[in-house]
Amino acid sequence: MRNEKTTEEVALGIRRRVFEHAMRNNGGYLSQACSAAEQLAWLYNEELNLGAPTLPPVPEPFQGVPSADNPDYHTGAGYNGPFTPEYDRLFIAPAHYALVAYATLIETGRMAPEGLEMFNKDGSSVEMIGAEHSPGMEVHNGTLGIGLSTGAGLAWGRKRRGEPGRTWVFMSDGEVQEGQTWEAVQACAFHGIDNLYAIMDVNDQQCDGAMSSVMEVGDIATKFRNFGAACVEVDGHDLSAIRDAAKEAHEGRPLIILARTSPFHTMSILEERFPRLHYVRFKSEDERARFNTSIAADLGVDPIDYAH
Amino acid sequence: MVEMVSRPYATAFEKFAAGNPDILCLSADLTSSCEIDGFRDRYPDQFVSMGMAEQNMLSFAGGLGLAGFRPFIHTFGVFMYRRPYDQLMASIAYPRRKVRLMGFLPGVTTPGGMTHQSIEDISVMRSIPNMTILETGDATEVESICEAADSIDGPVWCRVLRGSVPRLFDTPIKVGEMRVLSEGDDILVVTAGITTEEAMRARSALANAGLSIRHIHLHTIKPFDHRQLLDHIGSVKHGVVTLENHVTEGGIGSLVAETMADAGVGKRLVRLGLKDTYAHGGSRPYLMRYYGLDALALVRGIEGLMGQEFGISENDLDAARIDDVHSLVKAEAL
Repeated sequence: MRNEKTTEEVALGIRRRVFEHAMRNNGGYLSQACSAAEQLAWLYNEELNLGAPTLPPVPEPFQGVPSADNPDYHTGAGYNGPFTPEYDRLFIAPAHYALVAYATLIETGRMAPEGLEMFNKDGSSVEMIGAEHSPGMEVHNGTLGIGLSTGAGLAWGRKRRGEPGRTWVFMSDGEVQEGQTWEAVQACAFHGIDNLYAIMDVNDQQCDGAMSSVMEVGDIATKFRNFGAACVEVDGHDLSAIRDAAKEAHEGRPLIILARTSPFHTMSILEERFPRLHYVRFKSEDERARFNTSIAADLGVDPIDYAH
Repeated sequence: MVEMVSRPYATAFEKFAAGNPDILCLSADLTSSCEIDGFRDRYPDQFVSMGMAEQNMLSFAGGLGLAGFRPFIHTFGVFMYRRPYDQLMASIAYPRRKVRLMGFLPGVTTPGGMTHQSIEDISVMRSIPNMTILETGDATEVESICEAADSIDGPVWCRVLRGSVPRLFDTPIKVGEMRVLSEGDDILVVTAGITTEEAMRARSALANAGLSIRHIHLHTIKPFDHRQLLDHIGSVKHGVVTLENHVTEGGIGSLVAETMADAGVGKRLVRLGLKDTYAHGGSRPYLMRYYGLDALALVRGIEGLMGQEFGISENDLDAARIDDVHSLVKAEAL
């Protein structure tokens, strides 16, 4: 399944949708759209080999958690297509990027725009922190640092079964503060798991602010290589560089692409809120209005009429 | 004299798993300690060494489950839930992965002290939705634990005995049932794991004292047949005594208490086990005596419930098995 749009158009569309959503709701995960839109657009629009969605365009309401008494339970991974051997799989490891991921599903024709209107509404499956049952999600990743390990296990299993499909993990740089990330990389190297791919949004931000002020992580590319991964660093807003990075040879090792990004890319006024960018809630009507005008101009759209 | 079986898990796991490509054997650097070294050497394709990295191991196992495998994780019980509790929840329990968590060294069966003794695991596992809990009390149950665990559509926590294990039963674990070991009508004794052998040691002395004991042994702790337990409680005159290799909060003592309270049963209950305390390092008989988990502790508990002493001393109890702390079947007692 391929989209009609260019990846640049998809990335712009993601930012416009997240912007509109944030204005209407007096805040949201704006900076994640700034940093990650190219990566998610590229994954869904170009790189991933995914089948047609198996779930309805307008997401179903919450259908209950997994239990022996809930035999019809299913995850939201059906928005990425069927689980057959030839297709790729994707985990969104930092589930806090869910709003951006949902916008990507809409821009690539996998979910109806109405899906975003259900975001964070009681009784909806389109949850604020992507859950297993949320559109495009296959596992719970709201606890940061577990995504790569899960991807490694799935990739090992798919390789053992001879499945050609790859396993991709979208990661965030804050996750390198978790020891489990490094346990996962060493296990991948030891077991030769080379059908596992990760692209990491290295925006140098975390919940408390700039990573350098919270916990310095140093040269993570060298650290990943020393733990046994193949690692390429690129400008995360340069699609041709991302495309080239994915071609890096990595036999016997997972490939980790570090996409270095700006948390205010295409929304320059967000810099006013640095270093608290994780979730931007407007502090006054005046601020909301100024952001509306500024970001709308940056994204080439009319300001959002959020009064209605 | 009770039959002792050497390394029953080693034999049973290999018989169960060998040649089944969907079964994987995971280990976190405790391969011989969990008796799967022979399996590793003979079936390397089914063996996945995960190193001392339990957080990754549990999420990785969740990923294997997603790929349709049924991983059997082998390590000491404590290492499988204390550090990687978040991973156990998010990667295994919530999504109901068919991961079989084989927890060795339950309770005070290790001289390794606090860091090695899983004394609150049942309490933790009982409170995790989707989790099944099985506990082995003899060689026959160890021999049947793999089939029993693998019959479950979801994750399973197993307390597994190793080394030299007594054979007390001649039928395998039937998940969801309980074993009725005696059918008296004075007092109901409920045990699980290694405390069942202790209760059996006290049987003749209690009978000689004129007490009619109804004794049930639990290998399935969750899900639990509350109705059947209530029938047994209804069959005794005086009350219930539980004895567990675990803290008395959240384990089988609590399970029985909750069952009685929910049904409005007004009989006495005495819960024996670790009383809001950690244990320390030492031999199993020493620890069971020191912390009140042995046959004599059960007798004293029954005396307390009955409000009278029966004059039973250690000499009246069937001989305790004295295992060497270090032996050929478990080189490093840990």
